[in-house]
Amino acid sequence: MTELVHRRSLAERIFIALAFAVSALVLMVPLAVIFAFAFREGVSVYFSNILERNTLHAIGLTVLTSLVVVPINVVFGVCAAWLVTRFRFPGRQFLITVIEIPFSVSPIVAGVIYLFLYGGQGLLGPALASVGVQLMFTVSAIFLVSLFVTAPFVARELIPLMQQQGSEDEEASLSLGANGWQMFTLVTLPNIRWALLYGAILCNARVMGEFGAVSVVSGAIRGQTNTLPLQISLLFNDFNVTGSFAAASVLALASVITLVLKTAVESKGWR
Amino acid sequence: MKKFLAIAVAALALGGTPAFAQPTQILNVSYDISRELFEAINAAFIPAYKASTGVDLTVDQSHAGSSAQARAVLEGLQADVVTFNQVPDIQKLADGGFVAADWATQFPNNASPFYSFPAFLVRAGNPKGIKDWGDLAADGVQVIFPNPKTSGNGRYTYLAARAWADEEYAGDETKVEPFLTKLFANVPVFETGGRAATTAFTERQQGDVLVTFEAEVQGVRKQLGADKYDAVIPSVSLLSEFPVAIVDKVADARGSRDIAKAYLDFLFTPEGQEIAAANFHRVNNPEILAAHAADFPAIRLVTVEDAFGGWKKVSEEHFADGGLLDKVFVNQ
Repeated sequence: MTELVHRRSLAERIFIALAFAVSALVLMVPLAVIFAFAFREGVSVYFSNILERNTLHAIGLTVLTSLVVVPINVVFGVCAAWLVTRFRFPGRQFLITVIEIPFSVSPIVAGVIYLFLYGGQGLLGPALASVGVQLMFTVSAIFLVSLFVTAPFVARELIPLMQQQGSEDEEASLSLGANGWQMFTLVTLPNIRWALLYGAILCNARVMGEFGAVSVVSGAIRGQTNTLPLQISLLFNDFNVTGSFAAASVLALASVITLVLKTAVESKGWR
Repeated sequence: MKKFLAIAVAALALGGTPAFAQPTQILNVSYDISRELFEAINAAFIPAYKASTGVDLTVDQSHAGSSAQARAVLEGLQADVVTFNQVPDIQKLADGGFVAADWATQFPNNASPFYSFPAFLVRAGNPKGIKDWGDLAADGVQVIFPNPKTSGNGRYTYLAARAWADEEYAGDETKVEPFLTKLFANVPVFETGGRAATTAFTERQQGDVLVTFEAEVQGVRKQLGADKYDAVIPSVSLLSEFPVAIVDKVADARGSRDIAKAYLDFLFTPEGQEIAAANFHRVNNPEILAAHAADFPAIRLVTVEDAFGGWKKVSEEHFADGGLLDKVFVNQ
């Protein structure tokens, strides 16, 4: 292959420089500021802020929420994508639309919906309370709204891919004598694995960063129901700006790791 | 990663031990700016409770706008005690059957262990020369206070400004209303809670004057530097009681009533009153008030009962949709 030698015009150079400048100003500088503020009182203060009981608990709760929500939504996403791309049935298009509802609903509305459903004055709350089940303002409520908000992420990645791939491979495996499970693990899953991973990563990023919906149903009990984004806001409002940025740096670090993973997945096999 | 997960799970387990037969944990659901106060109260109450009963307690805290918190308790937030910044928010819980109807007489002073009033925080040297409520409606003055629709703090500010204007203009509504409209027009943004208004003023440098409880005014000066901000005490303000109550519905179900009562009783003891005063809340205990006299300049306070005929009347006349507040709150 011959190397194409291309002299960039002045306009091109300006646009490239502009793109870099804007990215640096709008994206990189704020990210750097988080770390600069987090470390402004020294490394030992930084770590004592991170290791503070309530912040540590918030980190743990956020990780736990991820561990609960992402697997469920991965299973849900695969099932939903499988259903709408491999079968034809009335209401199929409607189902695709329904799956995407959380994308178009503001998270704060999602939180309020759950409060109206399961709250003490809500539709189902009193019945649940009479059998001793308390959902709102507990960790379970945080899981529930996170599930809702991130439900479409995996399905949305899978549906276009599975539509495009068609079902020939799966039909071939069935005609060669595979049972349903073998077909899924040996044919379907390998075909969709990158999209699945990509969807799971996006889902995870959203779960960890979710603020609006969680803030409605959490009750903001310190050291109990505060996720990391809520803890960041709480520390900031407590005049503990350094502690707030230290907590934010953990979340930012998680985002950076997500970004690296996402880029790796993209370059590896898909898109 | 495994180790981190272990820590994460351990952290959760430590924080969230459910208590059944013998509760060793209570939840205090409180208003927005009481964070530092109750942190100090808890630090003193927990050892005192252990000394008298041998039980190691955990007191959990939740803070947000007082009215929002009342709503959360009604929706099932498991508060053993509530410590709010206005009577109507506890009344809502009493109406909903969460709090005894006679809650106001279960503790001294209308169940209000300490009180405060709307005062002003200005930038060092008071560059705009703000001395009293009238100055807040002057041209070119930007005022910060939280939204009276969502914040008890904001509601007190509205009522205090009106109480001043009613005296100043001898109850002439044709003068009171334009004053209040001008005052509200001077507010660039209405935050939903007291602390959010404070951070808008201090961190985001918005506005020339913050109107909030005296306790918050002095607390900010202590936290962020008395050289950066001046406190201004107006000629008259509105008594802001901070009532407390046991949430019977939760405390009885959990068996935590004794702890809840001990916790609220502690607020009225000399030790509790001393902590409140040290956190710039005015108290009714005369010796402690005298010991902190330097922190608490004299002020003439009117009450909701005297100036407006009680909370019920205030709610109907001022804060109902289309009420007197809506007439002056045109930029909401």
